[in-house]
Amino acid sequence: MSRVMSRATTRATTGATLSRTLLAIALSACALAAHAQDVLIRNATVHTATARGTLQSTDVLVSGGVVRALGQGLAAPAGAQVVDAQGRPLTPTLFGGITQIGVDEVSGESATVDQTLALGAPTREMTVRPEFDVTLAYNPASTLLPVARVEGIGWTLLAPGTAEGGSIIAGQGAVMRLDGSPDPAGPRVLFVNLGGDAVGLTGRSRAAQWMLLDQFIDEVRGRIPPDSHAAMLTPAGRATLARFLDGGGRVVVEIDRAADIRQLLRWSRRHGVRVAIASGAEAWMLAGDLAAAEVPVFVDPLLNLPGSFDAIGATLANAARLHAAGVAVGFTQSDDVSHNARKVRQLAGNAVAAGLPWDAALAGLTRVPARAFGVAEGLGGIAPGQRADLVLWTGDPLDVAHVAAQVWLGGRAIPMRSRQTDLLERYLRRQPGDAVR
Amino acid sequence: MPTPRPSLRLALLAAALCSVPALAADAPRKPSRFAVDPYPSTYRAAPSAPVLISGATVLTGTGQRLDGADVLLVDGRIRAVGTGLQAPADARRIDARGKWVTPGIVDVHSHLGVYASPGVNAHSDGNEATSPVTANVWAEHSVWPQDPGFETALAGGVTSLQILPGSANLVGGRSVTLKNVPATDVQAMKFPGAPWGLKMACGENPKRVYGQKSGPATRMANVAGYRAAFIDASEYLRKTAPKDSPRKRRWWQPASDAVDSGQDAGGKRDLKLDTLAGAINGDILVHIHCYRADEMAIMLDLAREFGFKVAAFHHATEAYKLADRLAAEGVCGALWADWWGFKMESFDGIQENIALVDRPAGGCAIVHSDSAEGIQRLNQEAAKVMASAARAGMAIAPERAIAWITANPARSMGILSQTGTLEAGKMADVVVWNGTPFSSYALAEQVFVDGVLAFDRANPARVPRSDFMLGQPAAADGGVR
Repeated sequence: MSRVMSRATTRATTGATLSRTLLAIALSACALAAHAQDVLIRNATVHTATARGTLQSTDVLVSGGVVRALGQGLAAPAGAQVVDAQGRPLTPTLFGGITQIGVDEVSGESATVDQTLALGAPTREMTVRPEFDVTLAYNPASTLLPVARVEGIGWTLLAPGTAEGGSIIAGQGAVMRLDGSPDPAGPRVLFVNLGGDAVGLTGRSRAAQWMLLDQFIDEVRGRIPPDSHAAMLTPAGRATLARFLDGGGRVVVEIDRAADIRQLLRWSRRHGVRVAIASGAEAWMLAGDLAAAEVPVFVDPLLNLPGSFDAIGATLANAARLHAAGVAVGFTQSDDVSHNARKVRQLAGNAVAAGLPWDAALAGLTRVPARAFGVAEGLGGIAPGQRADLVLWTGDPLDVAHVAAQVWLGGRAIPMRSRQTDLLERYLRRQPGDAVR
Repeated sequence: MPTPRPSLRLALLAAALCSVPALAADAPRKPSRFAVDPYPSTYRAAPSAPVLISGATVLTGTGQRLDGADVLLVDGRIRAVGTGLQAPADARRIDARGKWVTPGIVDVHSHLGVYASPGVNAHSDGNEATSPVTANVWAEHSVWPQDPGFETALAGGVTSLQILPGSANLVGGRSVTLKNVPATDVQAMKFPGAPWGLKMACGENPKRVYGQKSGPATRMANVAGYRAAFIDASEYLRKTAPKDSPRKRRWWQPASDAVDSGQDAGGKRDLKLDTLAGAINGDILVHIHCYRADEMAIMLDLAREFGFKVAAFHHATEAYKLADRLAAEGVCGALWADWWGFKMESFDGIQENIALVDRPAGGCAIVHSDSAEGIQRLNQEAAKVMASAARAGMAIAPERAIAWITANPARSMGILSQTGTLEAGKMADVVVWNGTPFSSYALAEQVFVDGVLAFDRANPARVPRSDFMLGQPAAADGGVR
């Protein structure tokens, strides 16, 4: 470190000072983390991600794992941990996007990956099992959880995938809080993958995707008897699918091409399916229709290349255009979604650079996904009664120039450690000649 | 690929020598026969009026930050950097107060053109995965200049980039270094005088691709494969080395034979061994895809065994574990800011990797992309490293970090004497940013390549568009996309 300092010019940033401050916070937090107690965070710039917007120089009182009060000059209850935020930004913990955190440890090692059902793989037949519930494979001890949460990522939508031998209906997932709890924090969400990438499963035509989806609904409605040679669903599959029709549970559809999104809007209206779109490279072309249908869209705002013929219209302005038309815009990544879930705030910042208002960008990582996936009761905002899942940042949370200084989950200051910080610490301290272990 | 006849080869050699500008600091020797270019660069910068960029925060790439400074571009070269510069009367003036100016960004690891967008099967031209050693293939013969990724990279300030073959093979082939200019053919993009690179790969990829075929199926067979290839190349090099003096003519030999022997090329050329011999010679720079520290240590020994030098380890998620050795041996680490865990050999990735490779005296840290998205914002990747490093107590100033995406990659590619810093005499490859480049909100406003305004965010006429994007109704509203 001294060598860095000597070689860098004198215009060094105040990183050393900063890290001392963070250390102080971390130490005081560690001492108190054993049992949830009252916390008073003083003098923060509180981005509430609610209708109240941003509150300057505001205190946040946490008790019993829940936010109790926001205001100025709040009194600290006896025994409360007091943190001086020094005016820095405080946000709810961020949504990490639609990921496989907890079901994908090392992507290249199949024994550590549980995200995708492919029962028909040997025959290459589509095997339709909406009842497949990927949350049953969730491992809260995955190393990916601490890696994400020390960066301010507090929750994610765990999603199954689609592969040969599986189905365009990938199955169910749900919101998982990254606090180590083993069970979903919200209702089950159904995942459907459509478009060019999935034509291999649907007789080489995307037209057949609508034909098959209609057939599944016919099976659920009893218009195709279970013992029909054409039937593809199990009894459990029919029961599961029924829960997502007629205004039931949320269905997340991964889809990019505008023409396909148009068909989706017709299909979902016809069957009363509450859809949200994931990816949506060309969603901006139907922004007005999506707003009218109240379909939230989770975009990757870095997607600006025609990565496929489904995404010829991909543009950096996607998020801004959707928002301007009144669509609820959230964020999710298209690449390296789980291990690098922390990158999602870079996506939001870049959406701002491409014209999205800052508040809308923060909403895309808080309020919008919380509402879309049925967890807005406790997550995605800073307000009395909300769960105290909070992040204090060193600066603008949507700017990659800043990092999370301290994260609280359920009112507890978490240790800001992960497998990666352990590795860093070992090699940061190592001097030439040290033993390797 | 046809092998040129010997007589033609000499003519090509002469032509190539004439067209190669001086690269004194990078390539002191005349190119050997292994570095003769039968597909030479035809890139010539268009004439440009002088440009005076004034009042900016200038990061020179040499470790300096100048506030309120000017950069003067004349005849496609950087004429001067400093304060209060006088511009010629016909100069275009850019008021850059409040803006930041850096050298053009350089990416040492790109697959643009060889894995072009859209990512259809027909565009999969980066891995000749038919044999583990394909030193005979040249990435430039796969590059599709209409890849829209080139223009989005330009919008991210990238002015030079190395296009590498993929990592399926132990030896993947020759790379090519390009100027990021719109062109109909790859020759018109080739960076004049830039040496080729040789792409090699360690670890999981080759053994995964060939494990069920001919092998290698293990890491030990990977190393055996490199060694066998370099043993052949060493032998080839010995055979083809020009003799110091013509062989003495025997009484039964005609005089012409003796003359020929002075240029003895050792018989039939072998494209594979040409490239490997060029790597041993130092004419071709060796770039190795390698994640684990222990494997890098083996590759350094391999390099010593056969007398070549490693220019850079790429991806190298464990470079931080042997940062001191890399610095001591003058090997760069071309790295991501935060990718990890997508396979076992990347499981130990940490966000401070680049900062730790940068830390020792002589350390050469590079932010690379390996991605059509990442190449558009290498500045933000560097910013992430700076933020993580600051958290770990290593404050890194912008004037130092900028070298990760300019001077250091240029050095590893053998083009530092031509680009990569804002120094008088170098190519006028320059980016004007809307503010600090180290932010989510940073946008390259204007990008100059050899003094020509190649990209201007405010002027759609100065935003290149690939042929592919024309007439696409869905892309009509595109622009910079």
